[in-house]
Amino acid sequence: MNLKAAARLGGRIGHFSIDGVRLPFREGQTIMAAAMEAGVYIPHLCYNPEFTPHGSCRLCVVRSNGRHLAACTTPAAEGLEVESHTDELQEQRRELLQMLFVEGNHVCPACEKSGACQLQAVAYYCGMLAPELTYFYPQRTVDASHPDIAIDYNRCILCELCVRASREADGKNVFSIADRGIHAHLQINSSTGKLRDSDLEVTDKAAHVCPTGAILPRNLGYNIPIGKRPYDQKPISLAGDVADHEESS
Amino acid sequence: MNAGYLGLPTVVNNVESFVAAAMIMEQGADWFLSRGTETSTGTKLLSISGDCAKPGVYEYPFGTSIRKILEDCGADDPQMVQVAGAAGTMIGETDFDRCISFDDVATGGSFMIFDRSRDLPEIIGNFIAFFVHESCGFCTPCRVGTSLLQKRFDKLLSGRASRLDLEKMQQIGTLMKVTSHCGLGATAPNALLDSLKNFPSMYEDRLASTQFEPAFILEDALQEARTLADSGAKS
Ligand code: SF4
Ligand code: SF4
Ligand code: FES
Repeated sequence: MNLKAAARLGGRIGHFSIDGVRLPFREGQTIMAAAMEAGVYIPHLCYNPEFTPHGSCRLCVVRSNGRHLAACTTPAAEGLEVESHTDELQEQRRELLQMLFVEGNHVCPACEKSGACQLQAVAYYCGMLAPELTYFYPQRTVDASHPDIAIDYNRCILCELCVRASREADGKNVFSIADRGIHAHLQINSSTGKLRDSDLEVTDKAAHVCPTGAILPRNLGYNIPIGKRPYDQKPISLAGDVADHEESS
Repeated sequence: MNAGYLGLPTVVNNVESFVAAAMIMEQGADWFLSRGTETSTGTKLLSISGDCAKPGVYEYPFGTSIRKILEDCGADDPQMVQVAGAAGTMIGETDFDRCISFDDVATGGSFMIFDRSRDLPEIIGNFIAFFVHESCGFCTPCRVGTSLLQKRFDKLLSGRASRLDLEKMQQIGTLMKVTSHCGLGATAPNALLDSLKNFPSMYEDRLASTQFEPAFILEDALQEARTLADSGAKS
């Protein structure tokens, strides 16, 4: 829905700015939603406009009035001045990305998602080079029990997009997060904990929203060759989110 | 929190605030304003514990110095005071003249005294471990940051840290402070950050001499593989 259409529907329009650029917003819209609609890219991983904002990856951190805020959960407000693409914030995003990389096991050169992975693409965009943090090397498993969809837990960043998509779009409840703190992990809500015994179908939204290579449709491996994938062509700020490409493929 | 009890505006306060409000009703505002400082009026209840002769609950006007409090409760040989709990402020000897108030050392009331017989790194390590355990795991900086701090701190304790590790701890702690989703993650690194600032010699003394030290010892790391290879060769 564009802003004119929204105005016709009665949503009050206001204006705020990101890095000095004036942008419109509809009343109630978050900084992230308004920015996305206006084509201004704020790095993000757990945000997808189709689902309830989560605010957990913290990559969309921006600054306003001297405070750090998550753009995806903070409402835009009249006259608000937001900083997003500053050296300080890009540095902090690189640190957050490094945290996600060392927490799991992300072997990009050996990953089917490489070139179409949002985590990798955002890391490129933010200029993250090698993680300088201590690797966790967690022992995680792969669930290949389902005929059409595989889960590699090594690559899960706990963004809960699959959790939300399953509940909000598919009307199912296939995923949830178990445990807490550093032990938090994705779990399948089935009697055996295996994907095979869940209600997940390959046509479900939840099978196509993962920003990393954790949830992969099977039997499609490498059907778009490396080099021809979305983020091989353009940076994520221009190519858009992984979920958009999943839809069209 | 976006709504109160039954969706109505709701006051949630502790007993101390209710007592203060009742006393103001009874004695008047001027009485209340006559104690404390200009910006921190009234008094504060402190729950004093740790290495002192007379632990207990004390009432002080805001603006009282840490030194005075330590003297009153009979803390003979204080090394450090942790004010306002694990997420609060760690005060060393050079700062004992700082005062309890909203704009200096803020506190909810906890006041833990550690004397010179205590091992500071062990205490800081305990605070770090506490937050590893307390993090709910929702957001990246707190979930991962708490454990990363623990790993670096352990490296320091084992005598393998370099200056770079101190910088990294500082950086991770600062990131947690500004980007965490809630106050827990934002305050979890406080003890570590305060100790880096207030007890630099404790860290300096433990550094290995070089600019960079790996997080592992190569010989030890290879040992498992060697053992496996040996037993493989024999069988
Ligand atoms: S499997 Fe993917 S979508 Fe689900 S929580 Fe993990 S990273 Fe997010
Ligand atoms: S900062 Fe709060 S929300 Fe984030 S992991 Fe820590 S406890 Fe959870
Ligand atoms: S995109 Fe805003 S916190 Fe993840």
